[in-house]
Amino acid sequence: MAIEVRVPTVLRKHTEGERRVSGDGAHLRDLIDDVGDRHNGLRAALVADDGSLHRFINVYVNDEDVRFMQGIDTPLSDGDVVSILPAVAGG
Amino acid sequence: MLVSDPALAIGDTPLVKAAAVSPAGYEIYVKLEGSNPTGSIKDRVALYLLDDAERRGLIGQGSRIIEPTSGNTGIALAALCVARGYKLTCVMPENTSVERRTLLELYGADIVFSPGTEGSNGAVRLAREMAEGDGDVYMPFQYGNEVNPRAHYETTAPEIIRDLPDVGALVAGLGTGGTVTGVGRRLKEHNPDIKVFAAEPEYGDLVYGLRNLDEGFVPPIFDPSLLDGRVKVDSERSLKATRELAQHAGIFAGVSTGAALSVAHRMCRSERLPLGTKLVVISADGGWKYLSTGAFDVGDASTLAGELAGTVWA
Repeated sequence: MAIEVRVPTVLRKHTEGERRVSGDGAHLRDLIDDVGDRHNGLRAALVADDGSLHRFINVYVNDEDVRFMQGIDTPLSDGDVVSILPAVAGG
Repeated sequence: MLVSDPALAIGDTPLVKAAAVSPAGYEIYVKLEGSNPTGSIKDRVALYLLDDAERRGLIGQGSRIIEPTSGNTGIALAALCVARGYKLTCVMPENTSVERRTLLELYGADIVFSPGTEGSNGAVRLAREMAEGDGDVYMPFQYGNEVNPRAHYETTAPEIIRDLPDVGALVAGLGTGGTVTGVGRRLKEHNPDIKVFAAEPEYGDLVYGLRNLDEGFVPPIFDPSLLDGRVKVDSERSLKATRELAQHAGIFAGVSTGAALSVAHRMCRSERLPLGTKLVVISADGGWKYLSTGAFDVGDASTLAGELAGTVWA
């Protein structure tokens, strides 16, 4: 099982500059643990102390924001693309 | 319609049935906010921001106003400030289209550019810094001012309900969150089964050059509890849908309209919305302000979107 994780510029210091890393996990939480094991600091950047996603981070599974799915418990399947983006506004 | 002031021509925009871009079994309607006097949905918000500040005695003839904006709110404020005698400074990312700059200057506004790598968040940061050091200037602050969603609650949403009482879903772009919050709240009061989806612009890496995550920004007026989904849409997909809207339905809209249309298409599946659902897509502005980006040039949309990805278009 392989899930592609797209990493924003601001977090690439944790992935040796890579914009894409891969990992696996049945749920988003497992995936973050998996890539967090191999990329030091990534887990702490994504997940707050209380176990929820960092306030200024948005995580998308196949383009849909997980906050409107099952959050960090959103289930994943082989071939899914998980994207991380910092929260930015417009207007 | 005869009016004595451009401000009185704000709102009451057309809702156009767009059969040519509606997937089988669904009906898509596009609300043309480009029909507002300065060409975007932000006329509604700017009018509410200024009327509210006047009512509260915060501004009067000759006042100075500063506002962070990626363009449309600034242009809308600038036009109203001409008529009302206010001096406007807009803080805007340097990587917006040249038309935005031209229009602001035409209306006599001052522009202070924020770094393009910080996107709109940089404009918010810089405007706050400038306003803090200047007790004499008023910052309406669309991102944190509850009259922003109220403008949509009181005007945009009632127009939709009047024109299409059996609306089943709303799709709008996400910038300040004012549209989805204000329209979404009113529509769900009208019918709690209505679904509300936000289309979030996804830019190229150049626009996400934050130094750390604490530079992220979630507008205080955005109420995510009203949303049933939020989908990111990149410049290429937004541009393809925007061009299809022009080429198949004759509607010339801005790039964020394509983002919203693309999310509407994604939701037109029976797992997401019942067959027969009528979806309203908010078209925040027309395509005019994006001509200089090359977005509408003859050519392949994927190639043309490359330029656009580094431009803040929402």
